[in-house]
Amino acid sequence: MTEKLITEKKLFACGHTACAGCGQSLGARLVLEAAGPNTIVTNATGCLEVFSTRYPESSWGVPWLHSLFENSAAIASGVESALKHLGKIDTIRVISQGGDGGTADIGLQALSGMMERGHDILYVCYDNEAYMNTGIQRSGLTPFDTNTTTSPAGKISSGNPLPKKNMVEICAAHRIPYAASSSVGFPLDVQSKVKKALSIRGPKYLHLHVPCPLGWRHPSNLTINIAKLAVETALFPMVEYEYGKLVSSRKLVTIKPVEEYLKPQGRFAHLFKDEKGKQEIAKIQQIANQNIEYYNLKATK
Amino acid sequence: MIKHLTSKPGSSLSNKTGSWRTEVKPKFLRKNCIGCKMCRLVCPEGCIFGDKKNTYGCDYQYCKGCGNCAVICPKKDIIMIPEGEKE
Repeated sequence: MTEKLITEKKLFACGHTACAGCGQSLGARLVLEAAGPNTIVTNATGCLEVFSTRYPESSWGVPWLHSLFENSAAIASGVESALKHLGKIDTIRVISQGGDGGTADIGLQALSGMMERGHDILYVCYDNEAYMNTGIQRSGLTPFDTNTTTSPAGKISSGNPLPKKNMVEICAAHRIPYAASSSVGFPLDVQSKVKKALSIRGPKYLHLHVPCPLGWRHPSNLTINIAKLAVETALFPMVEYEYGKLVSSRKLVTIKPVEEYLKPQGRFAHLFKDEKGKQEIAKIQQIANQNIEYYNLKATK
Repeated sequence: MIKHLTSKPGSSLSNKTGSWRTEVKPKFLRKNCIGCKMCRLVCPEGCIFGDKKNTYGCDYQYCKGCGNCAVICPKKDIIMIPEGEKE
């Protein structure tokens, strides 16, 4: 085989220190490749910030800023205002991004403020469903019955007792021009949604489902398959909202049972041990069924 | 002050993360490739190159051996081989 070495500087360069099979590093590359070089990125604290900018190195080929956990959207608001003042807002796009904790828990007020003020920013939330960087603590976006270090499964508990927040609807409720969810299991869908979002002026929100082999405890080569299964079992619906109205959802021809999604993941292994687990799986199936009905996910023939 | 807080763009290329591979590495057979680009698209590392049929390959300096390319390949033209085996 002829060896070729990668030497050109890409928008998101090789050599970042993400785990093998990291869904978030894939998501970040897809978003940035779709956005192009005329982009300024602000980042909340989280895995993405840590693995892409191990001091004194950086993987980013575009201007990139990090300040604190909670204020990624607020910094982006400042950057966007400065670009407006300089008259450069038509040629330079601003992307603000964070993990699920930085978006749904810690950074929610800054994000809400950004959308309220109507800044021309695309906010991307990389949802790996727990605080993976600090060691798998549950966040507001951790799904029901997940085993994490702060919601451990045991004799009495069967993991996280609380439901997953619906961030896309929270953002859509601000009546912003575009709010959507996508998954790295569908890379072309991610890129088309980023391109669509960046063609719209005003605040935009993209919710990206990114598997984490370490925190979800699945083999590193199943990242894409598990992301796909989350969509195909209707546990993670891919939807689009415009001005607060649901305009489209990815229809499913065959809807798979939730066991197919839960089985390969170690964080749900406790559900497959006993009778009580079966009842819990039935509850998770109930969540999927509600999604199918609410978002009308079933494909009509 | 500022100069101590900033990094050069793309400077992470000096991290040769290929040394993280422990068991397997991908082998691009280049026989039945249809040029669908899926391997290049889903590589979390972004170290796969190529743009036409049977031209795809990866930079082993950076490949962490996660194996997503071998799973996604619709023609099974990428296989995972044990580390240290001849390509």
